[in-house]
Amino acid sequence: MRREFKLPDVGEGLTEAEIVRWHVKAGEHVTVNQTIVEIETAKAIVELPSPYEGEVAALLADEGQTVDVGTPIIAIEEGAPDAGPGRTSSVEDLVPSPPAEGAVEPGVHGSPAPKQAAPERQPVLVGYGVKLGAAKRRPRKAPQPSAPAPAPVVPSVPRQRGGVTVLAKPPVRKLAKDLGVDLATLTGTGPQGTITREDVHAAAAPRQAPPVEARPAPAGREERIPVKGVRKATAQAMVASAFTAPHVTEFLQVDVTATMDAVRRLRELPDFAEVKVSPLLLVARALLVAARRHPIVNSAWDEAAQEIVVRHYVNLGIAAATPRGLIVPNIKDAHTLTLPELAAALTTLAETARAGRTQPADMSGGTITITNVGVFGVDAGTPIINPGESAILAFGQVRQLPWVVDGQVVPREVTTLALSFDHRIIDGEQGSLFLRDVGAMLEDPLRMLAWS
Amino acid sequence: MTIDASRGVQAPPELVQLLTPEGERVEHPDYDIDLTPEEIRGLYRDLVLVRRIDLEAVALQRQGELGIWASLLGQEAAQIGSGRALTDADMAFPTYREHGVAWCRDVDPVKLLGLFRGVNHGGWDPVEHNFHLYTIVIGSQTLHAVGYAMGIQRDGAEAAAIVYFGDGATSQGDVNESFIWASVFNAPVVFFCQNNQWAISEPLEKQSRIPLYRRASGFGFPGIRVDGNDVFACLAVTRQALRNAREGNGPTLIEAYTYRMGAHTTSDDPTRYRVADELEAWKLKDPIERLKAYLFKNQLADQAYFEAIDAEADALGRDVRKRCLEMPDPDPLAIFDHVYAHRHPLMEEEREQFAAYLASFEGSEGR
Repeated sequence: MRREFKLPDVGEGLTEAEIVRWHVKAGEHVTVNQTIVEIETAKAIVELPSPYEGEVAALLADEGQTVDVGTPIIAIEEGAPDAGPGRTSSVEDLVPSPPAEGAVEPGVHGSPAPKQAAPERQPVLVGYGVKLGAAKRRPRKAPQPSAPAPAPVVPSVPRQRGGVTVLAKPPVRKLAKDLGVDLATLTGTGPQGTITREDVHAAAAPRQAPPVEARPAPAGREERIPVKGVRKATAQAMVASAFTAPHVTEFLQVDVTATMDAVRRLRELPDFAEVKVSPLLLVARALLVAARRHPIVNSAWDEAAQEIVVRHYVNLGIAAATPRGLIVPNIKDAHTLTLPELAAALTTLAETARAGRTQPADMSGGTITITNVGVFGVDAGTPIINPGESAILAFGQVRQLPWVVDGQVVPREVTTLALSFDHRIIDGEQGSLFLRDVGAMLEDPLRMLAWS
Repeated sequence: MTIDASRGVQAPPELVQLLTPEGERVEHPDYDIDLTPEEIRGLYRDLVLVRRIDLEAVALQRQGELGIWASLLGQEAAQIGSGRALTDADMAFPTYREHGVAWCRDVDPVKLLGLFRGVNHGGWDPVEHNFHLYTIVIGSQTLHAVGYAMGIQRDGAEAAAIVYFGDGATSQGDVNESFIWASVFNAPVVFFCQNNQWAISEPLEKQSRIPLYRRASGFGFPGIRVDGNDVFACLAVTRQALRNAREGNGPTLIEAYTYRMGAHTTSDDPTRYRVADELEAWKLKDPIERLKAYLFKNQLADQAYFEAIDAEADALGRDVRKRCLEMPDPDPLAIFDHVYAHRHPLMEEEREQFAAYLASFEGSEGR
C-alpha cells in the first residue's frame, strides 16, 4: 500500500521547512524510524524518521525546496498489503489544499486589492505568523427561528432578604454601590440566585423608561467618503512609513522668547518688507544649520541597495494643510538660500499649496520635513516621517508659560519641538544632538549666526 | 565580622557516587546500598525501556503524531534511581520530563503521550498512581508538593512527598518559597533537582554562583549532590532522604548532577547554544553504559540477557507507537468533565452552550 508522509510541524506552530538533504532514494528499503531526510525549519535542523516500513516509491520534494507543512514529501510502498492499524489515507489526505485564488478578504469591498508579489504573513504573538488564505470552516446549519431570549426578570416588589448573605461578585457589588442600588432588595437571576450586572442595571433604570429600540440610522448620521486622491496617497505614505521605518520621537520644550523678538525685529528690516516673516522661518533656518552639523538626519534608507544615502543638500519639506488634504511640498536646495529668499520660498510654497496649485514635482525629492502643528493650537505630536526621508520636526504653538530664569519664575514664550526619526539610520544620540541644536538656536538666535 | 568576599564559592563540590562511569563499584561512608543481582538487572531493564519509550516518542513527534515532546535522554538514572526509592504511599510531583518516574509509578507510557498528542490533559489518575499530573509551569509543583507533604504531616501518615524540578527552576520564586515553607514547617518532602546543566539555552552559570545543593543550607535544611547518571547513588541517596522525611526529620534537597543529552524539547535546537564536545564528554558518563559494564564485568548478566532486554524494548516501542496512533480523539464535550470535582452550575451552563454550538454544524446530530 502506497503511503505518503506529509511534512509535519516539528516545532509548535511552524508553517514550512526547507528540505536540506535526503538520506534515502527511490527504490530503497526503509524501516520505521529510519532517518529519511533532514529539514531546516525556522527553529532548527531536524532529522525526520520514517513512519512507515517499505520501499521508497518516490521523493516528492527536492533538496533546497521549501515545503509547506502538510505537503507530502515522500511516498513509501508498504510491504504488507495490510500493515497494522495506522490511518487510512484518502484522496483528500493526499492532495494539499492550495489557498483559494483571488480569495477576497472579509470586509474588503469593491475591486480586489492589487496583487501582491507574495502573500504576507500576519504577525502573531508567538511563532512565525499566520499564512493568508481562505480559512476553511465547517458549514453551519441554516439559521432557524429561535425562541426569543427570556427578558431579564425585574422584580416588581422588592424582597427583603434580611440576614441572608446576598450573592454577587465584587464588580457587581461595586456597580450597585456606584448606582445606589441596595443589593438586598434584589432577586438575582444568575446561577443559584446570584445577582448579576444586568439585575443591578435593571434595578437602577427608571421603571417607566421606554425600551430602547434599535432604529435605522437616519440619513446624514453617517457618511461614506471614498478614499482617493490626496487622502489615498497620504494613507499609503503614512502606512508605508510607519510600518517600515521604526519611528522614535523626542520632545524638547524651548524658551523661544528671543526668537520671537528676532521675528519682530526682522519684520522691520527693509530686506523683509516684501515677504512674510514668521517664527517658522527661524525654525526652518535653525533646522538647516543643524542639518549641516548632523548630516545623518538628512538621509535616506535604500532598502534595495542596503545603503544609507546621506544628502549634502536639503530639499526642505513643509507639511501643508490644504482643502484637498495634507501635502508636503518642498523647497529645493533650501540650504543655499539667504534668509529673505527662504522667507519668500516659504510664502510662495504656502500660497501655492492653499490655492491647490502645487505640482507633483514640488512634492517629490524632499529630504527632511517640518510640520507646523502649532498653527492648529497644539503643543506637540508624534509626526510620521515623510517616506524617503529620515526625520521630521514638529513645531508646536508658541505660548506664554511660567519659566524659570535665573532662579525666578517669569512668563516666557515657550514652544515644544518634537522630532521623529528613523531609528534604522539615526541613533538616539544623533537625533538628540540634532534636536538639542535646533532648540539651542531658537533659545538664542545668535547661535544660528555662530553655527552658520 | 567581615564580609565574605568569596561570594559563597568555598570548597569544591562533593558528589555521592557509587558506580563510576567505567562501571566500577565504589564505596561511600554515608550512602551505601545493598542490592540483589535481580534488583540490579531490574534497574538496568528500567533504564533501557524508558530510553526506548523516549526515543519512540521523539520519533512520533518528528512524524507529526505528537505536538511536542520533552526528551529524558541522559537523565534515566536520576529518574529510575529516585523513582525506585519511592514506596507506594509516597507521592511524586513531576515536571513534564519525568517519563522514567512515571514508569516507576506504573503509569502506562501511552497515557504520557496522550498529553503531548493533545487527546487528554494528563490521562492518568494521580491518586491511583501517587504520581501527580505533569506540570508545565516551571517550578510551581514544588509548592503543590510542600502542601501535600504538610497534609501527610497532619494526617500522621507514614509517607513522604518528592518533587522533581530542573536547574532552571531553582531561579523561580515558587521554588524558593517552597523551600522556605518546607523548612519552617519541617515538611516531609524531598526536593529532587535534576541539574541537567541547561535551562533550555541558559547554562548553569546563569542560574547560580554556588553549587545548587548548597542553596539548601541557606534555607535551613540539608542539601546533597549525587551523580545523576549513577542509578545506585540516586537510589541510595533518595531512599535515605525519603526515610528522613517520613521519620519527621524534614526536607532534603538532592541535586542530581546529570546532563540533558537531547534537546530541551523537540522544538529546540541545542546545537545553537552548546558545543558538541560537551555532549561527547557526557556520553562517556552515560547512565546505561556504566551499569551494563558493571553487570557484564561482575557476570551478573550475559550477552543473551542484554539482547533479550533490547528485544523487549523494541517490542515496547512498537506497542507504544501502535497504541499512540490508535488513541481516539476525545469527545469535545469532555473538556468540561474534570474542571471541577463535583457538578457546577456554571460548567453545566457552558457545557450546554457548547453542545448547542456543536449541534449547529451541518452533519451533526441534534437541532
